[in-house]
Amino acid sequence: MRPGKMLREVLGSIFKKPATNLYPAQKMDMPEGFRGKIKFDPEKCIGCKMCMRDCPTNAITINKVGEGKFEAVFDLSRCIYCAQCVDTCPKKALSTTKEVELAQLDKNKLRVVFHSKE
Amino acid sequence: MHNAPEFKIPIGPQHPALKEPEGFSVALKGEKILGVDIRLGYNHRGIEKAAEERTYIQDIYLLERVCGICSHSHSTCFIQAVEEIAGLAVPSRALYIRTIIGELERIHSHLLWLGVAGHEIGFDTLLMYSWRDREVVMDILASITGNRVNYGMNTIGGVRRDINPEEKQEILNGLKILEERTKYYIEIATQETTIIKRLSGVGVLSREDVLRLDAVGPTARASGVKRDIRADDPYAAYGELSFDVITDDHCDVYGRTVVRVKELMESYKIIRQALEKLPDGPLVVKAPRKIPIGEAISRYEAPRGEDVHYVRSNGTEKPDRVKVRAPTLANVQAVKHMLKDRFLADMPIVIAAIDPCFSCTDRMVHLKEQDCGSDKVINWPSLHTYSIEWHKERGIDFTQLNKKLQERFTR
Repeated sequence: MRPGKMLREVLGSIFKKPATNLYPAQKMDMPEGFRGKIKFDPEKCIGCKMCMRDCPTNAITINKVGEGKFEAVFDLSRCIYCAQCVDTCPKKALSTTKEVELAQLDKNKLRVVFHSKE
Repeated sequence: MHNAPEFKIPIGPQHPALKEPEGFSVALKGEKILGVDIRLGYNHRGIEKAAEERTYIQDIYLLERVCGICSHSHSTCFIQAVEEIAGLAVPSRALYIRTIIGELERIHSHLLWLGVAGHEIGFDTLLMYSWRDREVVMDILASITGNRVNYGMNTIGGVRRDINPEEKQEILNGLKILEERTKYYIEIATQETTIIKRLSGVGVLSREDVLRLDAVGPTARASGVKRDIRADDPYAAYGELSFDVITDDHCDVYGRTVVRVKELMESYKIIRQALEKLPDGPLVVKAPRKIPIGEAISRYEAPRGEDVHYVRSNGTEKPDRVKVRAPTLANVQAVKHMLKDRFLADMPIVIAAIDPCFSCTDRMVHLKEQDCGSDKVINWPSLHTYSIEWHKERGIDFTQLNKKLQERFTR
């Protein structure tokens, strides 16, 4: 038994730089393949709606806006960022981004619409 | 002490000292605990019922969220049961990756526990250091799986992401730092006088009591019971890896601390072996959307102990029944026993020593109507009638006045 076993470590830490970041002034880089906000590519979508079927929280809605044209509506307040839709999509129309700062005061801003290109 | 009055104090369900809502009714004589009544069910989320309403793929993510700390444990446990029913042969590379993630999760859970235990005994320096070191493993998990918690690594028939050579090197580099730090924590736990004195003899649970109360995980292993699903009933890739089941004979909170810090070293050993042996091959086999009729039970050694999932399928896309037995449910009875005849001041650390996760455990609301308690559910109309009757008995009666007023208006 040794009393004050941690004392050396504690005193040594005084001279080390802090382990924490000064967020939001200093932001951390998200790693490659991070499951952040989902991106939709309307060019690739074929409207099979498999993503809607597999989404655990019903966060995606795919709407048909014209012949072979689809738009996606994401409810970010529902999305749990599991990225199952990205895996499910047979045409790779959905992809993950590194975007994580998604908090909003206005509820309407949590509804993200990806319009189809004309 | 002999003349001290006996009284009962409720701790929780909402209490500043508790992290989750659970009710403890503590019978005290002076400072001594005569008995504890634990009541669960304040954080019931209806996950099992929700699982029946969703498809198997959606359930993976739902059940992953049973617990934030051992999310991989719950999803793997569920998926093993589903794969068993569907008769899927999961590729061995997937099994190895599951094992690696499972062990990384154990590392982060045990380091988290070490910090919480330090905090409960007032040793916040330990909390700060162990949580700082925990960031190393959290960063590894984030870069391999794509998130710090709720890894989403599992899918029916395999895993969703691969571990490439760069990530493998990243894990090995992280392990080097963690191993060095863990060695230091083992030194602290076994040499620092304050920790030993504070934790020894607190929350004693004998070997016999463990067997009688069916405690699981580090709680059981700290009382000398060699109980570990990884060794007893190997799942994933554990059958092909060599590791020791850590036990301790202290039977108290100190023993549980020693078991957990030593288990960290075993986890590093397992991950190193798994990375080395990582076989080539596919990540996933194609799984049917409709799972054939059947039922299966699956066991998994979560960081807190044995996790059990039962799944029954009815041939459709959705399961017929999913039952989750979280490790805390098995250990919570032991807490009652550990606290008896101890001091109230030991309560926080004794509860924290089983690493409780009460929201994982809460599965149903049990309304008791027995002689001892008077717990009852009253709906609004009957409460209304009850209040009128109660005041009527005490002389406040509006019946006559109502009659008079009615007569006047009808006239």
